[in-house]
Amino acid sequence: MAKCISVVRIFNFYREGFRNMKLGKVLWLIILIKLFIIFFVLKLFFFPNFLKQFGSDANKQEHVSNELVERAITP
Amino acid sequence: MIENIDISLIDWSRAQFALTAMYHWLFVPLTLGLGIIQAIMETVYYRTGNEFWKKTAQFWMKLFGINFAIGIATGLILEFEFGTNWSNYSWFVGDIFGAPLAIEGILAFFMEATFVAVMYFGWGKVSKGFHLTSTWLTVGGATISALWILIANAWMQYPVGMHFNPDTVRNEMVDFGAVAFSPVAINKFLHTVLSAWIVGAIFVISISSWYLIRKRHKDMALASIKVAAIFGLVASILTLWTGDGSAYQVAQKQPMKLAAMEGLYKGDAGVGLVGIGIMNPAKVSYNDQVNPFLFKIEIPNMLSILAERDAKAYVPGIADLIEGGYPLKDGRLALSAQEKIARGQKAIQALADYRKAVKDKDQTAASFAKNTLEENFSYFGYGYVKNPTELIPSVKLTFYSFHIMVILGGYFILLFIVALIMEKKKTFGQKRWIQEVALWSLPLGYICGQAGWVVAEAGRQPWVIQDILPSNAAISQLSTSSVQATFFVFLIFFTLLLIADIGIMVKAVRKGPDGLNDSNDTINS
Repeated sequence: MAKCISVVRIFNFYREGFRNMKLGKVLWLIILIKLFIIFFVLKLFFFPNFLKQFGSDANKQEHVSNELVERAITP
Repeated sequence: MIENIDISLIDWSRAQFALTAMYHWLFVPLTLGLGIIQAIMETVYYRTGNEFWKKTAQFWMKLFGINFAIGIATGLILEFEFGTNWSNYSWFVGDIFGAPLAIEGILAFFMEATFVAVMYFGWGKVSKGFHLTSTWLTVGGATISALWILIANAWMQYPVGMHFNPDTVRNEMVDFGAVAFSPVAINKFLHTVLSAWIVGAIFVISISSWYLIRKRHKDMALASIKVAAIFGLVASILTLWTGDGSAYQVAQKQPMKLAAMEGLYKGDAGVGLVGIGIMNPAKVSYNDQVNPFLFKIEIPNMLSILAERDAKAYVPGIADLIEGGYPLKDGRLALSAQEKIARGQKAIQALADYRKAVKDKDQTAASFAKNTLEENFSYFGYGYVKNPTELIPSVKLTFYSFHIMVILGGYFILLFIVALIMEKKKTFGQKRWIQEVALWSLPLGYICGQAGWVVAEAGRQPWVIQDILPSNAAISQLSTSSVQATFFVFLIFFTLLLIADIGIMVKAVRKGPDGLNDSNDTINS
């Protein structure tokens, strides 16, 4: 019961805090837009994980080791 | 095969990373510095119960919140760039880099996120002591966040505590303590965070001076200047001390960077430190016999003291580091760049031989190749170097960045001392000149921090990981045009964020602190 009251108090604390925000509302809007751009635009369309195309870890190892060996300057 | 990597791809990828990191570092230092100042002000309120300090702390918290909100998550983009542009590097160091970044994400992020809410929503709802604790823990969380990032960066400058596994082609952490508590990491963390405190102090003094010029909130402005000047002076002196520690570590672990910082082409015993200098544009090669300076003023023997704690100690120059043959502290002769390149090539060939032997199930050959790789691994990255001159970073960029940082550091100490004296004599509020000087010092704080990062990062080129992986081996095989496109996407994105940050900040400063009378700072009922 006491645990339940604590959870309600914490919930009310956050709810009131968010409701009473003035400048904070603008800042939250900026944060949400920014996170959307970062995760749903930049990450998805511009920054795929390059090694993901090689599938398994074994294939990634093979690719990187080939890259490291082939890029070396041969004596 | 190295010819297959387009040089412009490397340059654009580096430029993109630099752009992202530099924009990110516009937000971080203010969070770290202003966070401490507002916590000090709230502590004064907690101890005295004076509402004036509560309103003052709340005002700076508002500016802190704007900067925090706009800047948060801008560092995430750096991690995206690792995965896309620097995939060989990401795989090569995954285990080492992953641990500090994971700790940073879990511990610091949740610590900040929890206590920021109490800091902003908790006034009058939680006890004064709990609120104050939350304020300190918010900035503590931000500082811990910086700690793990800086540990990861320090590892790239001085790779320790790991073992290269040729089966997985990854460096695996074998000693977490060596990574987390390496002397480079400790110095880097302290020097960087303390420099951020200076930015916070400059910011408070600058904004407060604007109020004095406008004849608004005089009491709040002068009280804030007093706190910020004391804090800034302490931070500056500690930054000077940790800067000395950082320079010593650079001398021990990255002598080429030190030589570039000082424009030192030919080493000697009892070398002086260049205080001010203008580099000679006619100097195009390390061995062209052209004097590297048009003009310089030196402090005799100081570089030897800084680098080796001995006024007569030998400090190698760029030419010595390329040609080798000078005596090391352990009595051996330094290898030349060509000898290191040969050992790097041997290490890479051993990696190829090992992997082939494993596939062929030839254990004897695998064991031999593995031993050869381990013997030469500390020079692994040199195997990607075609010409020894590639090992020289941009000397002019590193030299000027270092000297701008040092000169501005000296200027800040002077500014904080003058501000403190004038505040004590009660003349800061009357003298327009010091208010103007303080106001226009704001960009200098940021320039100083950025210059420091240019020294740290441009000065260690071509290495992504010192001696082990240069940028031409670390980079992914992408098209240059795709990196160029994302460079400009970032430029626009970050510039918009910066405009939003400055715009909202200026509006909040113009409005002034809530609850304080504009003319005499009495508490509004």
